[in-house]
Amino acid sequence: MKLTLKIWRQKNAEAKGKFVDYQIDGVDGDMSFLEMLDVLNEQLVAKGEDTVEFDHDCREGICGSCSLQINGEPHGPEKLVATCQLHMRSFKDGDTIVIEPFRAKAFPVIKDLVVDRSSFDRIQQSWGYISVNTSGNTIDANTIPVEKEKADASFNAATCIGCGACVAACKNASAMLFTSAKVSQYALLPQGRVEATERVKAMVRQMDEEGFGNCTNTGACEIECPKGISLENIARMNREFLSATTKS
Amino acid sequence: MGGFLKSSIARKFAMALSELFLVFFLLQHFTINFTSVFGPGLFNQWSHFMGTNFFVQFLLQPVLILGVVFHFIMGFVLEYNNRQARPVKYKKFNGSANTTWMSRNMIWTGLVVLAFLGLHFYDFWFPEIAHKYMEVNPDDPSRYYPELVAKFQDPWRVILYVISFVFLSLHLLHGFSSSFQSVGWHSKNKEGIRKSTVAFSIIIPLGFIFIALFHYINNV
Amino acid sequence: MSVLDSKIPEGPLAEKWTNHKNNINLVNPANKRNIDIIVIGTGLAGGSAAATLAELGYNVKTFCYQDSPRRAHSIAAQGGINASKNYQGDGDSDYRLFYDTVKGGDYRSREGNVYRLAEVSGNIIDQCVAQGVPFAREYGGYLDNRSFGGVLVSRTFYAKGQTGQQLLLGAYAAMNRQINRGKIKAYNRHEMMDVVLVGGKARGIIARNMVTGEIERHSGHAVVLASGGYGNVFYLSTNAMGSNVMAAWRAHRRGAYFANPCYTQIHPTCIPVSGDHQSKLTLMSESLRNDGRIWVPKKKEDAEKISKGELKPTQLKEEDRDYYLERRYPAFGNLVPRDVASRAAKERCDAGFGVNKTGQAVFLDFGSAFERYGKEKAYTSGHKDPSKEEILKLGKEVVEAKYGNLFQMYEKITAQNPYETPMMIYPAVHYTMGGLWVDYNLQTTIPGCYSAGEANFSDHGANRLGASALMQGLADGYFVLPYTIGDYLSKDIRTGAIPTDSPEFDAAEKDVTDRINKLMNAGGNHSVDTYHKKLGKIMWDKCGMSRNAEGLKEAIKEIAELREDFWKNVKVPGTADSKNAELEKAGRVADFLELGELFAKDALHREESCGGHFREEYQTEEGEALRDDENFKYVAAWEFAGNPSDAILHKEDLVFKNIELKTRSYK
Repeated sequence: MKLTLKIWRQKNAEAKGKFVDYQIDGVDGDMSFLEMLDVLNEQLVAKGEDTVEFDHDCREGICGSCSLQINGEPHGPEKLVATCQLHMRSFKDGDTIVIEPFRAKAFPVIKDLVVDRSSFDRIQQSWGYISVNTSGNTIDANTIPVEKEKADASFNAATCIGCGACVAACKNASAMLFTSAKVSQYALLPQGRVEATERVKAMVRQMDEEGFGNCTNTGACEIECPKGISLENIARMNREFLSATTKS
Repeated sequence: MGGFLKSSIARKFAMALSELFLVFFLLQHFTINFTSVFGPGLFNQWSHFMGTNFFVQFLLQPVLILGVVFHFIMGFVLEYNNRQARPVKYKKFNGSANTTWMSRNMIWTGLVVLAFLGLHFYDFWFPEIAHKYMEVNPDDPSRYYPELVAKFQDPWRVILYVISFVFLSLHLLHGFSSSFQSVGWHSKNKEGIRKSTVAFSIIIPLGFIFIALFHYINNV
Repeated sequence: MSVLDSKIPEGPLAEKWTNHKNNINLVNPANKRNIDIIVIGTGLAGGSAAATLAELGYNVKTFCYQDSPRRAHSIAAQGGINASKNYQGDGDSDYRLFYDTVKGGDYRSREGNVYRLAEVSGNIIDQCVAQGVPFAREYGGYLDNRSFGGVLVSRTFYAKGQTGQQLLLGAYAAMNRQINRGKIKAYNRHEMMDVVLVGGKARGIIARNMVTGEIERHSGHAVVLASGGYGNVFYLSTNAMGSNVMAAWRAHRRGAYFANPCYTQIHPTCIPVSGDHQSKLTLMSESLRNDGRIWVPKKKEDAEKISKGELKPTQLKEEDRDYYLERRYPAFGNLVPRDVASRAAKERCDAGFGVNKTGQAVFLDFGSAFERYGKEKAYTSGHKDPSKEEILKLGKEVVEAKYGNLFQMYEKITAQNPYETPMMIYPAVHYTMGGLWVDYNLQTTIPGCYSAGEANFSDHGANRLGASALMQGLADGYFVLPYTIGDYLSKDIRTGAIPTDSPEFDAAEKDVTDRINKLMNAGGNHSVDTYHKKLGKIMWDKCGMSRNAEGLKEAIKEIAELREDFWKNVKVPGTADSKNAELEKAGRVADFLELGELFAKDALHREESCGGHFREEYQTEEGEALRDDENFKYVAAWEFAGNPSDAILHKEDLVFKNIELKTRSYK
């Protein structure tokens, strides 16, 4: 397969970036998208040029490092996959592929396709946890039974990998799906209810401060989420937030 | 209230509440207008009630106006914020892969509806207020129907109305169901909500189009 | 050759840990505020240690190369975490977990450590549930368990196929709580380049800010290395792309002994390599072996036809298939431990029975599971006389409910539908049991330098059982290290902040910048990956699933040559003062090129077969591992002495008082 890649190149956070075209040949359908970029980088090294920087680590769709906007969609055209699980068989010989970093005010570009997602960390640092000491001297794990349905829903929310595709896909660059997934995970469990009021307020406040846009319920986040996190979580967070606000 | 409205979720909630209120108003407006299809009797009677009832005129009407103004201003504010949230735009943004056209273009459909409201106020509301409160005309419970019919004689106006209602429908198709999500409605009955809001968003504007065309054709 | 002191407490096995905790020194809360601890790595071990240390009152700095602590590779663990809770009432106990782990490790681990691990395993589950980790539950609302290879009870707690993710997010949440309190300062996108020793004690690190390229000095009263394993020395492994040995290796060069580097776990069920472009391998959970049957064709010509695509595996008749695990190990069948299953697959493929184009794949077939489950389902739903199609359909539904996400993942990667054609699998490097030598307190041979999780060598012996890595990481981090480190730090309450302008820091920083400059200016024309791939090939061919003296000697020589070539001819484009992935890789590969040599040396010296270490010279007539307890019942800890091959061996004799040494048999 022969492809044309239009890749965003930007030296550092302050520099002005631009698209650069690259031709790449001998792409195999069994390659992952990132392996295709590896091949490109090998070519660049051979030519003595700077390689294209992109975030990646586990390459099995769980760490949430990879973050490319491929032909206008986060993680590319396939659904329920991260970029590392996208294979080149999804493209045709002669295709032109536009590769951009995730774009949001709260995700400033560090270099080329690498963005700074520490805003996500800060949201979770704002009460994205249960305040329990790690001494291990808590009650026995089976003391409080949890309805299976709720435990499963909590798990489903907790599978978020924090990649930021929701923000990247949203026309408003909103982080509601990400934040609501964390709020939901705890809100659905009895041990998380204790601090639920304060948690949702703190997390939403931090989310707003980071400069993400507002949710306008377009649903792009749910469709582009590699883990299929449901919009239901956003409705739940809205509910949690509104009732928390009336409580205080 | 001001502090409350600082949070993104609260803003969306307020937006949704004003939306649901406007949807309710739309239903009421439509119901009364639709009676005009059956002749002047019932239409005049209900219009007269709405136009002269103290509660409607001095309580509901200001709230409605506030609701409309709030909905538009907040709509602009949110749109502005949202654009700020992505200072560098994508070269390629394949929105149609994951969203409907309606959900991405609420600001445009909304602006068309706002422009239409201008026309609509010019056509009915300003004359009505002038008639009642400035010129202080004698009470005439049968004037409403002829005024209505008269307005729909101009084919250009009818065309503008029809186009506007199409945009209203597009606006509602996303906005109505979306407001349930914003208020945190439990979506166990998600499909039910979606289907009924879609039906409403198509039927009501279609009904308005029907009324406009009905009076135009009836009097050609 | 000296003998190492493991500092295992006296007393009966079950009381060692309690006694030890009662007798070690503590630091009072007011003094903890004046003590700084550096934690390298934010996976299960590092993240949980950082959270607990900060909670106790110490000032903690964490370092990770990822952009967030949450992305450490612990996140990729699928199957589950063991704990001797005995919720199933099937006779589990601390002793049984201890016994299984020591036996599974082929009697090459410390009794004291492993018993402590079993003892605190239950606490881990309590802790995680309290933190909001959404483990799988039964309809009654109580925690569910599944069973894993090599044991006879159901003690594995899980969260679908994402247990590692959920546990790591729990530890990350605990960290976040402390970050919010200002007790942890997280340095993300930072790589530890060296450890700094002042007066013989670990007193800080030199780190590189991977965004700006800045070289930073950080001081502390103790340094904890929880930087994971070194499986990437093989280039292809199930590790993350960035997983590396740098932190551990730098410490090794500064005086920390490296123990048992040759103990590597090769996981039997991974998706086979598809071509030269392959950058990493993906694991399919061990749980699949509960229902999948592993086979290759009986006749070579059939294998050839299948690999050329001329024959479909489903067309091959039952009598033409060789279910080699069931044939060789009738008692355990497809559920033999990982090392045994991996070697058996390699043996068949080497003999020419591989079933894909590279000849390195075997089938994992769910055909009989479809039939068995289908029949059962039809029967229980009152279907008296189901047709073959109905059975198959129902069976597939049952299998989908159990392993749906794994089947889906397989299809995404290979573009083959595993419901229609058997899966193809092959072993891949997965985990390294070896690592920095630590004593019972998890302290390395450098005073003040501790190591936790996969980075240290303890607990798993020569082979790790499934679902035990998560247990060890969290046990070390939450419950062991935060207490044992106090014993050391109690002597540091009057030390005060460690200055970073001492000559020791100057010298360490100079070493680091010199090394970076050397890499940047090597001026050759081969990419870092070229070297990494070459190293990986040597390691896989000569230090992989089975090893022999001749191959290992060649490996030592070839790796040394490759290393020399690397420093002369590697090409690192870009600059050192900005984000530079090639430079990051170069530093890591440089260390792998040293570790690989020590790995081969260790494998060569260990003239026995045990666990993940299989020496072809030491096997029974039937091809099973032949352990030599007389001569090799010890931990091999290597002291750095210039070249990796010059490393000096130190032995820690393993004493077994509570367990009888036996030959592992799965026949």
